[in-house]
Amino acid sequence: MVTLIGTETPAYVPAASGATATLVDLAESTVRDLNQALHEPHVQGEWTVTNSDGKHSIAVGIDAPVSVTIEGHVGYYAAGMHQKGDVIIRGNAGVGLAENIMSGTVHVTGDASQSAAATGHGGLVVIDGNAGARCGISMKGVDIVVGGSIGHMSAFMAQAGRLVVCGDAGDALGDSIYEARIYVKGTVASLGADCVEKPMGGEHLEELGQLLAAAGRTEQPSEFKRYGSARNLYHFHVDNSTAY
Amino acid sequence: MCGIAALQLRNPGLHAHMGSLLSSMMCQIVDRGPDSAGLAVYNTPGLVSPGQATLSLLGKEQGAALADIETSLARLLPDAASTRVQVVGDTTLVSSAVETPLLMKAVKEALPKSTIIGRGEHVAVMKSVGHPMEIAAEHGLENMAGSQGLSHTRMATESAVTAGGSHPFSVADDLCLVHNGSFSNHATIRRELKRRGVVFDSDNDTEVGARFIASRLEQGDDLETALINLGKVFDGFYTLVVTTADSMAVVRDPIACKPAIIAETDDYVAMASEYRALASLPRIDNARIFEPEPGKVYTWSL
Repeated sequence: MVTLIGTETPAYVPAASGATATLVDLAESTVRDLNQALHEPHVQGEWTVTNSDGKHSIAVGIDAPVSVTIEGHVGYYAAGMHQKGDVIIRGNAGVGLAENIMSGTVHVTGDASQSAAATGHGGLVVIDGNAGARCGISMKGVDIVVGGSIGHMSAFMAQAGRLVVCGDAGDALGDSIYEARIYVKGTVASLGADCVEKPMGGEHLEELGQLLAAAGRTEQPSEFKRYGSARNLYHFHVDNSTAY
Repeated sequence: MCGIAALQLRNPGLHAHMGSLLSSMMCQIVDRGPDSAGLAVYNTPGLVSPGQATLSLLGKEQGAALADIETSLARLLPDAASTRVQVVGDTTLVSSAVETPLLMKAVKEALPKSTIIGRGEHVAVMKSVGHPMEIAAEHGLENMAGSQGLSHTRMATESAVTAGGSHPFSVADDLCLVHNGSFSNHATIRRELKRRGVVFDSDNDTEVGARFIASRLEQGDDLETALINLGKVFDGFYTLVVTTADSMAVVRDPIACKPAIIAETDDYVAMASEYRALASLPRIDNARIFEPEPGKVYTWSL
């Protein structure tokens, strides 16, 4: 059971509409207490987590329409395997933020370390600052909006979803990319194998506008370039047929 | 996986708290390497003194009583050198007002089986096998003052879990190296260094890195250039922290799988494997916090 501060309500009982948020102080409770409380059946309402101090695995496995605000920096795998709920991290996030996110939103006001939103199937991940290397690696449908820049090998083998970068992208962007779409406002250090710049059509400007609006950004879609798969690595190359 | 925590104190007012700050950082990286650990502390009163060379020897047992060691060393060194031997935790420290090479020669003669794990005028190096916080407590880290501190918690991969294989590696005066990762071509570089006359203490891959840096510095590189040269020669995964008498450097390999995070304020520069090791530092909320970029050498001088 989590230690409760400022409310008599047990942690897993939904806070009534308009009621104060359920507070969990990680100086008093363990991360496991917090996560178990968030996994109780029918959990909902607003939650505030304090003294996160870079601890790992905070708010993982949420599968309910809860709204969790973490007041501080988080460690590895924060909001991993996330579904339905909304998580706001007021600080920086460590390795593997929102890994394998399925739906819902995860918003980091600072920077995120490497492998942010890796393998994500759905939902929206917003990083106001920079993201490290391998952002969106093997993304499978998640939307990612980064206010700053991203590191090398981002969107490696990205299969579906959209990655929006308001700053610059590092080396080997979109290496071996499938059908994910990448929008970058700044410069791209280098494109990975089979990733190319593509023309911006009306549908792209429209979806980019929606993504920027959803992330609370003020950039204009027309300022971005689009990158995606050249689809040269999709099929068996017939010239190799005699190799067997 | 290994854990690193390093601290350079810019504000002399914090020097008295170096040990307690480093200890608070270190306890957050124990999970990353619980099998053995090591520490390097700079300008710590009681361990090193200005104008004296200090050698750190592995282990508290050197096969002879301290008074006997002092006597045999005194016989090999000038009378005015006032040679002193003390045991701190699991480490034996030998200090003398002579140049480091002369003291090393005397120690090797008086204690031929000893392993020198630290040397110089400013640094004391302590390492052992076991739980990192027990090692830190045994050496009394909590109460140590100093200008810089470096700690490493090890999860051994490339060589055995021994005190000699623990980091830091200190192979030139006041130079220390810790490493999270593994060098894959260390055997080749070791052979080349051996051919040039470099002598090794262990089979550890990180020692090769330390010997390489020392040899580059000897050839005239500054610390930044030495680390750029290391990047050209070494293959593998690494986040490295290197300290000298008055500086600290951090570098990650270009792939940057191994983590590193830095907090910088007017009072200190702190580096750790994970943010949680920085969370309890003074005024951390006002620090500039960032992850070092892949392949880029960062240096800070006191």
